[in-house]
Amino acid sequence: MELYSLTGSQLAELLKLGKISAEEILSSLSLRAAGKEEKVKAYVRFDGRLERLPGEGSPARGPLSGIPVSVKDNICTRSRNTECCSRILSGYRPPYDATVISRLKLAGASIISTKTNMDEFAFGSSTENSCFGPSRNPWDTQCVPGGSSGGSAAAVAADEAVLALGSDTGGSIRQPASFCGVVGLKPTYGRVSRYGLVAFASSLDQIGPITKDVRDSALLLNSISGYDPKDSTSVNTPVPDYTACLGLPVKGMRIGVPREYMVEGIDPQVREALLRSLEEFKRLGAECSEVSLPHTEFAVPVYYIIATAEASSNLARFDGVRYGFRTAAAEGINAMYSRTRGEGFGKEAKRRIILGTFALSHGYYDAYYLRALKVRTLIKQDFEKVFGEFDCVVAPTSPTPAFKLGEKMGDPLKMYLSDIYTISANLAGIPAISLPCGFTSGGLPVGMQIMSGHFREENILKLAYAYEQAASAGAESKRRPVL
Amino acid sequence: MEYEAVIGLEVHVQLNTSTKAFCACRAEFGVEPNTNICPVCLGLPGALPVLNKVVLSHALKVGLALGCSIQNRTKFDRKNYFYPDLPKGYQISQFDLPVALEGEVRIDTPAGEKCVRVKRVHMEEDAGKLMHDAEGSLVDLNRAGVPLLEIVTEPDMNAPDEAYAYLTKLKSVIEYLDVSDCDMEKGSLRCDANVSLRTKGESRLGTKAELKNMNSFKAVKDALLYEIGRQAEILDGGGKVAQETRLWDARQAKTFSMRSKEEAHDYRYFPDPDLTLFLITNEEIEEARAGIPELPQQKAARFMREFGISAYDSGILTADKRDAAFAEECIKVFPSGDKKPVVNYLIGPLLAEANSRGCGLSGLKLPAERLLELVSLVQKNVISNLVSKTVLKEMIDRQVTAEEIVKSRDLAQISDTSALDGIIARVIAENDKSVQDFRSGKENAVMFLVGQVMRMSSGKANPKVVQELLKRRLTDA
Repeated sequence: MELYSLTGSQLAELLKLGKISAEEILSSLSLRAAGKEEKVKAYVRFDGRLERLPGEGSPARGPLSGIPVSVKDNICTRSRNTECCSRILSGYRPPYDATVISRLKLAGASIISTKTNMDEFAFGSSTENSCFGPSRNPWDTQCVPGGSSGGSAAAVAADEAVLALGSDTGGSIRQPASFCGVVGLKPTYGRVSRYGLVAFASSLDQIGPITKDVRDSALLLNSISGYDPKDSTSVNTPVPDYTACLGLPVKGMRIGVPREYMVEGIDPQVREALLRSLEEFKRLGAECSEVSLPHTEFAVPVYYIIATAEASSNLARFDGVRYGFRTAAAEGINAMYSRTRGEGFGKEAKRRIILGTFALSHGYYDAYYLRALKVRTLIKQDFEKVFGEFDCVVAPTSPTPAFKLGEKMGDPLKMYLSDIYTISANLAGIPAISLPCGFTSGGLPVGMQIMSGHFREENILKLAYAYEQAASAGAESKRRPVL
Repeated sequence: MEYEAVIGLEVHVQLNTSTKAFCACRAEFGVEPNTNICPVCLGLPGALPVLNKVVLSHALKVGLALGCSIQNRTKFDRKNYFYPDLPKGYQISQFDLPVALEGEVRIDTPAGEKCVRVKRVHMEEDAGKLMHDAEGSLVDLNRAGVPLLEIVTEPDMNAPDEAYAYLTKLKSVIEYLDVSDCDMEKGSLRCDANVSLRTKGESRLGTKAELKNMNSFKAVKDALLYEIGRQAEILDGGGKVAQETRLWDARQAKTFSMRSKEEAHDYRYFPDPDLTLFLITNEEIEEARAGIPELPQQKAARFMREFGISAYDSGILTADKRDAAFAEECIKVFPSGDKKPVVNYLIGPLLAEANSRGCGLSGLKLPAERLLELVSLVQKNVISNLVSKTVLKEMIDRQVTAEEIVKSRDLAQISDTSALDGIIARVIAENDKSVQDFRSGKENAVMFLVGQVMRMSSGKANPKVVQELLKRRLTDA
């Protein structure tokens, strides 16, 4: 067994026993990446090998000591390129580490300095909107890995990463995890500090783990969670040991299946896979019943107003004055702004800035932004009501498996609908995980989503772990992408 | 046509917190450009604001001191616009849930006391500073993120003098609270004015112009005066005043159009998702209230009550916090139940001296006991009031006592009639016309003669004694 193919917790175990060294892990992973990057393109500015960030003062025996963690290109790493896969941040190196990076250093992790690919500023569901070009799905390199954290998901699926960080604003961790057959967790809003995450939509963004299995997800969540005085939206509530709930019985857990998620637009094979999973939950002793989240149909429009409004403001700082890209020549400040932003942003970024600017404009604010906030509250209340009676909600992660490169690039609406099942969790601020639940006949992974109430990550991890354990007996769980 | 001016003011006060509003950078001035900066106030990608709690407590104090109702729920909003001194492309400000609403400032006008309503008080962050030279423009972000309070009035003022009085009063209150140094020249207090005209008796508001770029209270007054004249001229000519922002040019003493209503920014305000809603409890409000010191109005009332001095005098003495403390010390130490002599000296010669030196009473650095010694020398007729002014100057310049100066320069007043006789005789002999005037019934002519005696005695003669002697001589003869 090659080291790169092991999970984080398996590697931690071997390290603890002194059977392997952190250097061996890193070199195994680096060689693997060197061999597969040409096909997968999970990393940006990959120069043939992976290196770790200097971990000043990191303990030799932290919970993640020696375990490599790959990082999405929108999470700040001091003195290392953090470009959000946008031309406008080309060459940008932050003078500080994001809080999650500081925490990972404290946990002893080997943080990979080469960043993972993403849609520019996390705008997209396919990683095709990257100024560095798209990543490929390791299961079928003609397909997209999903997005926006497509690089992280593809790297984990291709064994080019052990653990990875993504960010999720409307599904950007879960949808690529489902497309790539790995585990992606979006924590409760406020669970993980956003300090140092380049903001897309501040009220929705959350950093989370993308891993090979549920245990690794819990392991990584342990290290990145917790109150951060530098982030006013982080919540000061205790962080449990998320690995402690793994293996606890799920008998009697009440699972709701929203009827609004199982309707038109869903790929029959995705539907089948989900129904099979529900049978598995029942076998494990959980109770499954249909529930209603009546405002689901408004989630996508509400999301595209709130997210673009916040993005239009968050991206105003990229003006060419202080850092990043500046146009070669322009007369006067206004020309400099227009040309810098015109040349620096990609098409989807411009589309979202314009949409968001419009939604916030005088005379439209009440009809769009304010209305959207009100509907967002209704969506939140839908979930609160359901979680009053149920422990978890189970739904598909995405209506379809991975699609072909270029398939949806010409139709932004189609692309947006790819996040139809994931967006609600961001609007409600609740935790949600995507984990593999089978394959299509074409051999593409299908993902299932488990959601729970605020700060109920343990419910999700417990149920996901139980399912993963049960499924591990099957032949499907042994399938690996052929690269 | 007779018009009535309608004036509203927006004042920005820079709070004197030790650190910035949303990061831990020092909020100090006069240091090397771009040294008090960090990822947050630089607006670096990924950095997030965290409110400095002192900003909130300062805002509460100001709100309470202005009689506002403090809002139990307050939030921050983003004001979006592009400018090179604005690192994030938006300013963190407050839009629809400001920290304090509906207060008032009472001002004195020729027609009596008037109440100027304060519409709102809100917190926001300052922008950086641009510096232009021949090669281009440079940005200094030391000031970016420094906390400001914006205090907005209702359009309740009707004359430039009222605007001036409001600003003076507001500044006094804020200085008492010790939340800002209110130095307009340093930019720690800035004022924009909205002004419109309407026909007297009309209740509807006319079209307003917003005036900017005034860097003293006097400039605010001058700009308003000019603008009222300009608008009146337009209206008299049958024209319409354009809604626009105009810049005051102090050199040319004119306002110039900066941008019209059509060109006005759409700031696209929306709640800042990086900062949560702030809930202010009644306990916090009471705590802030307990931290408010005696304010000028209260102090003035107390001076009147305790020291038996007039409303006018106590108003002058309490306008500035440090001056009021100095005055109170002087009045308290003054060894007599009747405080009139020391109060008169404070608001007379001492204030005149302070004004001529461009400082306040306390800025003269005169110990209270020395001032009292001087006042008692005047009271005891050792020196005249006139001579005391010379002595005062020297006391301040040389930091010595009045007694020393009087002794060393032989300034003691001459009340001895025999010593004055010679001078008086000479003055009578040399000023025949005034003597005739007096004798023909013009009583006032004697004052001229007194003045001559004072001059010839280098101010040392006791004017009362001189006047008596003169009258006696002139009527006797």
